[in-house]
Amino acid sequence: MLQITLSHYLTVAAIIFTLGIFGVFLNRKNVIIILMSVELMLLAVNINLVAFSAHLGDLVGQVFAMLVLTVAAAEAAIGLAILVVYFRNRGSIAVEDINLMKG
Amino acid sequence: MGENGFNFMPAWPELFLAVGGMLLLMIGVFRGPKGREAAATWSPAHAINARSVTWLAIGLLVITAFIVSGQPIERSVIFAGMFVSDAFSIFAKLLILLGSALTLILAIDYNEREQMARFEYAVLILFATVGMMAMVSANDLISLYLGLELQSLSLYVVAAFRRDSLQSTEAGLKYFVLGALSSGMLLYGASLVYGFAGTTSFPGLAAIVADQAAEAPLGLIFGLVFVSAGLAFKVAAAPFHMWTPDVYEGSPTPVTAFFSVAPKIAATALFVRVMIEPFGALGDQWWQIIWVISILSMGLGAFAAINQTNIKRLMAYSSIGHIGYALVGLVSGDETGVRGVLTYVAIYLFMNVATFAVILCMRRQGKSVERIDDLSGLATTQPLLAAALAICMFSMSGIPPLAGFFGKLYVFLPAIAAGYYGLAVIGVLTSVVSAFYYLRVVKIMYFDEPAPAFDQPIGTAMCIVLAGTSLFTLLFFVYPAPLLGAAAVAAAALFAG
Repeated sequence: MLQITLSHYLTVAAIIFTLGIFGVFLNRKNVIIILMSVELMLLAVNINLVAFSAHLGDLVGQVFAMLVLTVAAAEAAIGLAILVVYFRNRGSIAVEDINLMKG
Repeated sequence: MGENGFNFMPAWPELFLAVGGMLLLMIGVFRGPKGREAAATWSPAHAINARSVTWLAIGLLVITAFIVSGQPIERSVIFAGMFVSDAFSIFAKLLILLGSALTLILAIDYNEREQMARFEYAVLILFATVGMMAMVSANDLISLYLGLELQSLSLYVVAAFRRDSLQSTEAGLKYFVLGALSSGMLLYGASLVYGFAGTTSFPGLAAIVADQAAEAPLGLIFGLVFVSAGLAFKVAAAPFHMWTPDVYEGSPTPVTAFFSVAPKIAATALFVRVMIEPFGALGDQWWQIIWVISILSMGLGAFAAINQTNIKRLMAYSSIGHIGYALVGLVSGDETGVRGVLTYVAIYLFMNVATFAVILCMRRQGKSVERIDDLSGLATTQPLLAAALAICMFSMSGIPPLAGFFGKLYVFLPAIAAGYYGLAVIGVLTSVVSAFYYLRVVKIMYFDEPAPAFDQPIGTAMCIVLAGTSLFTLLFFVYPAPLLGAAAVAAAALFAG
């Protein structure tokens, strides 16, 4: 019987976090996907925090995870609001259309 | 008050500003245009409301600055170790409040002329300021994150504040995506640090790190790298600078002015605290990171700015370069180095506010212009404005006896004393390169054919801010002792524990 240990959780979190980063940078289609990738990164952090918290027998990690969840919700709300005003001006949310300023 | 008592005094400035900001939100809503007019496109009624709320906000910032300066400079820790108030945080908070107040003053007239004056602007700036103050007072990874997010979330919205402009909303969107990414990296690092050290509090981390400095677990180092990458994003240091030019160019100019001072100072102060306090014993590991970041930022700031034609974009690259110089002080990682960083950001605040005051005056026939060529012949049409900008440009390129020279002096000296000769030499060389584009602005103003004059008058409040900040930049060398002394006390507080 396979025992699930801390390193398994950390591996899952690391994979999800990497997927999130790649989702932000490699995605060429839609800004919504970027928002989803950012959420993915934050969720990976939460897996990490809760796994460590259980492993250490220390509650601080779970408190931190709760705060991350709350702030992530606020962040998503603001991100979507900015996306809506952008869409009103541009008429598109394709990533390749966000090119008014080159940098 | 004991450890567990309810002692709110050290956090009193933040509480005051937060409650004041919420009150202003109420005042703005209930006294402003109502019903259909409130939701409609801009009307002069919005401007009247915005003006009064903005002046109230400036008043709040000034009162908060007085409260902060009345705080005892002894270290006091409250909220179960989450929040610390010491000389370092007081110094940083005063700079942040000053930066926010000055840039708010600059914004009033501009926002009205551009028909984007709404009271939410001042309120958002206030909330961002509360976030920044919480950041520099953070004594725990959790409070660090909360402060940082309160600041960032407000800043995303202000970047997109001109909601009918494609440029501004695009700037907001870019800032949001990259800012959220950097918060994610910082958090991932924080989770690793928590897991491998078993605590999130700075003093706790410091004890554990000092214990294991010789063979720190790999996970801890990894976490440290992620945390420093996230913080480098926030201070806009290369190679994590890619959002800066676009956001600076796209945001409305008063917002750019604000971005380039207050959040930058707060993030730098936070960076210094995180590196010195919890991870001080790992100096052998992190100085290399900061060293690379510093050199890349100085180099990028010097070379990428040369080809710019837009003055706001130029200032973006210039700010990346300045962060590189400030970080030179952090590389040396001792008390004089930190004093150098604090002096540098303080001087940078004045130079930058003055520069942006001039940029905000660049208007022709009621429209703002942003090209560097628009400044041509400014010395004949508006000599005082040109003189102010020339002072800032000379100071930024580090020509003695202007303030910018002393900023650079106090970061390079500790670097040399600590034996980082290469870093200091590269710093001096890049500042010579950057002198090229700073002096080009001066040349365009003084020796090129005059373009039509800018709109007059520029407003009394603007005049006062411009005169005050540029005179500070010009005459800093006469009496530098107060600033240097305060920075020294602030830096000493970081190394006391």
